[in-house]
Amino acid sequence: MNAPTLPPLLADNAVLERWVSFPTPGKVLVRTGRVEIGQGVLTAMRQIAADELDVAMERIVLQSGDTLVAPNEGYTAGSQSIQFGGVAMRQACADVRALFIAQAATVLGCAESELTIRDGSILRNGASTGQDYWTLAGAVDLSVKATGAGQRKPVAAMNIIGASVARSDLPAKVFGEPVFLHDVVMPGMAHARVVRQPNRGATIDDINEAAIKRAAKGPVELVRHGNFLAILGDDETAVDLATAAAAKHVTWTNVETPTALQAEASWLRQRPAVERKFGAPEAADSQGRQRFEATYTRGYLAHASISPSIGMAVFKDGVLTVWTHCQGVYPLRAALVKTLGLDVSKVIVHHVQGSGCYGHNGADDAAADAAIVAMQKPGVPIRVRWRREEEFIYEPKTPAMIVKVHALLDDDGKPVDWTQEIWSPTHNQRPGAGGNLLGALALPNPPPEPPPNDVPESNGGGATRNGEPLYDIAAKRMLHHLVIEPPVRTSALRGLGAMPNVFAAECCIDELAERAGKDPVEYRLSIISDKRARAVIEKVAAMAKWNPKEPGGSGRGRGVAFARYKNRAAYTACVVELDVDEEIRLRHVWCATDAGLVINPDGAINQIEGGIIQSASWVLKEQVRFDNSAISGVASFDWETYPVLRFSEVPEIDIELINTKDDVPLGVGEVTAGPTAAAIGNAVSHALGSRIRDLPLTRERIMASLLKE
Amino acid sequence: MPDFQFTVNGKPVSVALDNDETPLLNVLRNNLGLMGTRFGCGLEQCGCCTVLIDGKPEKCCAKPIYAVAGKSVVTIEGLGTPSSPHPLQQAFLDEQAGQCGYCLSGIIVTAKALLDDNPKPTRAEIAQALDDNICRCGSHNRILRAVEKAAAIMRGARA
Repeated sequence: MNAPTLPPLLADNAVLERWVSFPTPGKVLVRTGRVEIGQGVLTAMRQIAADELDVAMERIVLQSGDTLVAPNEGYTAGSQSIQFGGVAMRQACADVRALFIAQAATVLGCAESELTIRDGSILRNGASTGQDYWTLAGAVDLSVKATGAGQRKPVAAMNIIGASVARSDLPAKVFGEPVFLHDVVMPGMAHARVVRQPNRGATIDDINEAAIKRAAKGPVELVRHGNFLAILGDDETAVDLATAAAAKHVTWTNVETPTALQAEASWLRQRPAVERKFGAPEAADSQGRQRFEATYTRGYLAHASISPSIGMAVFKDGVLTVWTHCQGVYPLRAALVKTLGLDVSKVIVHHVQGSGCYGHNGADDAAADAAIVAMQKPGVPIRVRWRREEEFIYEPKTPAMIVKVHALLDDDGKPVDWTQEIWSPTHNQRPGAGGNLLGALALPNPPPEPPPNDVPESNGGGATRNGEPLYDIAAKRMLHHLVIEPPVRTSALRGLGAMPNVFAAECCIDELAERAGKDPVEYRLSIISDKRARAVIEKVAAMAKWNPKEPGGSGRGRGVAFARYKNRAAYTACVVELDVDEEIRLRHVWCATDAGLVINPDGAINQIEGGIIQSASWVLKEQVRFDNSAISGVASFDWETYPVLRFSEVPEIDIELINTKDDVPLGVGEVTAGPTAAAIGNAVSHALGSRIRDLPLTRERIMASLLKE
Repeated sequence: MPDFQFTVNGKPVSVALDNDETPLLNVLRNNLGLMGTRFGCGLEQCGCCTVLIDGKPEKCCAKPIYAVAGKSVVTIEGLGTPSSPHPLQQAFLDEQAGQCGYCLSGIIVTAKALLDDNPKPTRAEIAQALDDNICRCGSHNRILRAVEKAAAIMRGARA
């Protein structure tokens, strides 16, 4: 008999006790490679383990994100935690349960089919046997590898999976308990700040140490290694004062600042790029078909996490221990090994929660900063907490993108040939995936620039993510101009290329619907046969009471949009209603999502809603701007220069999940990024009677659109 | 080294500091071990560090300690505990009003100040009171519902 195929993440971490063990009577130790970034994944993993093992959730002790003990699941990113991590966890638990059932059958001298488990106790034909996981644990060897032989629980038998269990980590946050990395205190800890190298290649010219120390009003120490400079002290206030003064008292040469023009997506067009092609060959000619073409753009965005990044590290007895809130403790460890020249057995990385990151922000770099300083000060626990401006300026940005759609249409105005031409720098500079740690560039012998690369298409792509619409179009292709040497470091932000790609595609679909004289919902349904796609589109239209005959141009508008994230994760459709006069006021958003088997419906809805609000903020307000008045050149460095959506600006939002008892879970964390943006774009167009194709939808762009006829 | 005396959550404290401009946020976290009040920006822009000073909501990340001497400070820890939660804290749990949760201390304290001043706010008034607090994860509507719920419970309890 062929062995069942293991879920990939379980195959990579096949030893069962890496996932589940029973070291403490009455408790189950469960380990996951996923980390909590505000998305509720730890609660979901508890639910999965509890249901598959048949124990009460209270018995689960969960460890996550730790190179010493937890499985290596790469990054908690890409909306893969449940679709891949959850599936691996389910199978690991099912295999463990099967081993215990087999052992119980042996001990009790009965058939396995007579046995069930209730809250960890083994029942034979429903009756107590006196055996449980803990009485049997000594005889069950969990150091064996998973085989995939365990039967995962069918959906109909699930009790805890599919329930909206309360977030296990929320009470601590509501009561102000010290749960974040920012709250960790270690004896002898030194607070540290980095005097940041402004760009690759910049070198320290002069340091006026006396002036810096005078400004501190307390004892501080300067630590330097190459062009990496940090200020340390026991008193955080003194360290902050010294760091502020350092801006004037440390001078640099070889400083290069980006220019204002480089902040615009349009700048990308003429830049050197690696050419990448995917999909159908080019149409030889248009064969007399009507052509359609439109170009959409978006600028650079910041993650703008509410807490600036922080890292802690101590280097003692040749071992470096690091505490971080980054998304991937194993990739970070690999990057630290490379940067610091340590053996992998001498580097330990533990995850502790930070604030929401929404992708590759400053977390890995803050950890590296702490590690670099720690190695200069053996035995001293080092705490590097980035400043607010530092987080805005130095965190990787999602790249600006230009997306040009060219389509050929049939006689009914439906697309039969679709090209999505994309100009974008990389979305992938995570350390451990080809990018460099920021601090490494300031050390002696800095690493070279990585070769041009983007997230592999097998992982959903970076700039090409959702670059092919799901509609029934005979020929689809993508052309990606991978722009090299962007003016700032670019990397992954929630959704990656999906937001600009779906924005462009779904606005084009509306433009085509208008050309064909069709209602936008009706037009979409006429070109897509995928049943689940149709279901979310029809559902959201019903939720919003979509009225095909509603005229536009009066200042109030409605727009619809659809996408399946990565064309293989969750499906979502959104309708937005808004008013525009000089500014856009969002009134209501409706969203229907099919994420398949949902572990925690309330958790999924929380994520979907959060994604809607964040996308709305991107579209209405956000763009990273440059100027060369500051050494870094980044003019968006605080909440005034980089405004985000506020409470009074958030619309009413209604969300429904459909098809939740499907067997297979689909990733949902990033699903609303693109459709929300496009639905807003379409609603603005409906409201104004004219279309704005460049994000963000600023007052200037609205006025310009109103003025042009 | 001068002493600075004030009360925190009803208890008198005395902190000896060389620098009389040390921000209250740093004193709460680093001298008094009260980690619930959080650092978001240090620029008084995001609201993560909101505490009550003599009953009024104030950002404390740049509030010099000399300006707090003799005053009463209330932090998130002073509102309630797991065994005795403030109605706002209970409402936030009931509504699951949070994702990463980093902004919640500042928001709950701000909401408490609002309800002390206006026990029957409209949703728009709640939103306006929270406009100085940033939530980047997008939990806004849950937070508004939680504050409405707490306000109703607190009005009911008073009746």
